[in-house]
Amino acid sequence: MQSKNKTSVVADAGKQELFIIREFEAPRKLVFKAFSDKKLLEDWLGCKEMKVKYEKFEPKAGGSWRYIGTMENGVSFGFHGVCHDFTAPERIIQTREFEGLPEAGHVVMETTRFEELSSERCKVTVQMVFQSVADRDGMVQANMEHGTAESYQRLDELIAGNLI
Amino acid sequence: MESRRDVFQAIADPTRRDIIKLISGQSLTLNTIAENFDVSRQAISVHIRIMHECGLILIQQQGRERFCSVEPKKLAEVADWVEPFRKMWEGRFDRVDNILKKLKSKKNAK
Repeated sequence: MQSKNKTSVVADAGKQELFIIREFEAPRKLVFKAFSDKKLLEDWLGCKEMKVKYEKFEPKAGGSWRYIGTMENGVSFGFHGVCHDFTAPERIIQTREFEGLPEAGHVVMETTRFEELSSERCKVTVQMVFQSVADRDGMVQANMEHGTAESYQRLDELIAGNLI
Repeated sequence: MESRRDVFQAIADPTRRDIIKLISGQSLTLNTIAENFDVSRQAISVHIRIMHECGLILIQQQGRERFCSVEPKKLAEVADWVEPFRKMWEGRFDRVDNILKKLKSKKNAK
């Protein structure tokens, strides 16, 4: 069943940042738990197409983390980062680097804020700040390579032709 | 099934993209559309139904005929470069919903 709560992504042209925003029907404490518990993170970061397994997870200031994502075809790649701030239940600040890029050093700073709207409702805002606009656009576009990518691209060409 | 109405799945099929291309500049009836393809009228009808279900195609009754046209707003949504990224996060957050549901029921059981 599709959720009623909408996920929105704000990525203004020419900026080095983007925001992912979503509300959840649960107390803030629980939502924070879902974002800061290793097992729960593995459950939702991963999906049918990609399993996620943490090999290190230290959710505290100065801690670090690394997980491996394994695709259905067996190909796997790592992500790692450093935890700057895990303040329950309101804020998580960490860095993230995808190890599969041809060049190391493209790091993203991620701030996740948990805002209490009521005792049973919480708004989550993830802000990602990139080193360059190209880094940001590259990451967003990399997503197209999975699943919907091809169809999307083909339609894009089609539209560029004469539709819109 | 929800996947049936997924606009990205709808356009994954080359025939469906050809149908969109064909009716992008003009509304056409099912019969006229079918005449442009080698496959059966029935097959075209199924393609159109799927795209209608996901909001990509509008169907308007004019007298005895039903005219198919493209819904530009929906098409723009597909053309939005951020959409696949948003979809990925939507999937993740839907899984968070399930986790929260479980956590809540556990809490209530205590």
